[in-house]
Amino acid sequence: MERKPGPVGGASLFSMKDREYGDTMPQKCPHIPHVFKVIERMPESLIAIMDALPYLLQGSMVTLVVVVGAMGLGFALGAPLAAGQVYGHPALRRFIAVYVWFFRGIPLLVFLFLFYFGLCTAFDINLSAFAVAIIVLGLISSAYQSQIFRGAILSLPEGQFKAARALGMSDFKAISFIILPQALRLSIPGWSNEYSILLKDSAVTYALGVAEIMARAHFVATRTYQHLPLYFAAGVIFLVLTWVGTKGLRLLEERARIPGYSPKGL
Amino acid sequence: MTAPILRIENISKRYGKKDVLKGASFDVLKGDLKILIGPSGAGKSTLLQCINFLVKPDEGRIWLDEQEVHYAHKRDLCAYRQKVGMIFQDFNLFDHLTALENVRIGMVRVKGMGKAEAGERAVMELERVGLREHMQKYPAQLSGGQKQRVSIARALAMDPKVMLLDEPTSALDPELIGEVHAVIRDLGNNGMTMIMATHQIGFASSLASEIVFMEDGRILERGTPDKIFNHAENARTREFCSKITELYGERG
Repeated sequence: MERKPGPVGGASLFSMKDREYGDTMPQKCPHIPHVFKVIERMPESLIAIMDALPYLLQGSMVTLVVVVGAMGLGFALGAPLAAGQVYGHPALRRFIAVYVWFFRGIPLLVFLFLFYFGLCTAFDINLSAFAVAIIVLGLISSAYQSQIFRGAILSLPEGQFKAARALGMSDFKAISFIILPQALRLSIPGWSNEYSILLKDSAVTYALGVAEIMARAHFVATRTYQHLPLYFAAGVIFLVLTWVGTKGLRLLEERARIPGYSPKGL
Repeated sequence: MTAPILRIENISKRYGKKDVLKGASFDVLKGDLKILIGPSGAGKSTLLQCINFLVKPDEGRIWLDEQEVHYAHKRDLCAYRQKVGMIFQDFNLFDHLTALENVRIGMVRVKGMGKAEAGERAVMELERVGLREHMQKYPAQLSGGQKQRVSIARALAMDPKVMLLDEPTSALDPELIGEVHAVIRDLGNNGMTMIMATHQIGFASSLASEIVFMEDGRILERGTPDKIFNHAENARTREFCSKITELYGERG
């Protein structure tokens, strides 16, 4: 093999094949060439990301609808579940405990398949993958959210409920107008946690073919062989969505704060 | 003889094996101020909470205006509680509502009054307890004495026939007790029927129509302030009264 003094015309800057380092090349570190390979392909990667970006961003809208829908469903079920578990009849409390155990105990993927391929086929229910994703994520989230709210309800002084009853409120009114408005305010920090968990869990629904971020990244990656840039872009989009959502919930927490009630943090 | 506005008969309550109340009975006439005294754990607070069924008595019956209260019927119970105002030792204002909203919420959510009408009445009640200028504040922004006055306004807004006061000044700094006592005194002068548990015997003796001494879940002795504090028959009553006079100063 003929020795050459450096990169030759036609050969790319960092390509090892065309470059001769002689004895200075540390042969024992085979990963170093890979690093160069990645850097070398950066322009190409950027182009791949730019090309796919509009398509991925459309997916982020789908992701957001799934997450917001699931959070809404989880809230609508979780708040009454929490109240029922704290104040309900013993039989109701036991039922709710089983409900929570059930929905927290089964992996999301199993649940999605069970519902979509299993139940929907067996009972001939015509639901889109998108709808199933929202329902399943919402049901699971309701179990988690109910426990966030339950903790908040239990942290309220007992006197709040007593005072409401002493005014002549029924238990239902006391819970609706006195207990939940306070408990939900206290729940917002735990709730923003639930948002980021749901956001990430929503990626699993790609297995049903929901056209969210992950599904689209996977679709483009397998066709263009640009795996690294596309999954990287998907990850960054998830990071941004997490940041935006958590920030938004922090603002909500700020707005819902009762003057003088909760200690002002940083 | 006029019929009692509130009649309590043989109220008993057990927590596990412990008898907290062993058959307490008394009648309350309209305009009465009945004061419950006795050591901690005597059952004063449990008795008050049994009267509006915040604690369910194991035995006993209660009549309001000669109508027996059927507390197992939820609707009857809620209607009854509207007529019996309750003041707690630790105020129990609703922390997420302003003073005004605290007073208004019962009228709006329980009595079904319009917000505007209820709001006007709430301002009136707050004015009566001297807190008109604080009506937009939240409980956490009020002093203990102010909170207790808001809670009294909240109870009054429901037009109660009887008020139950469970050591209303026990959680207050000595400096703040006076403002709450002034409100209660004013209520008494206006003919409100009240049952109050308290250790403030100076205040009690100047206002009470009857003092009820309780110990160990029983009513040991009852009578006018003069009788209980100066000529008590029961040795235990005399002992308690002399101790508490030492602690809470001269009566006046």
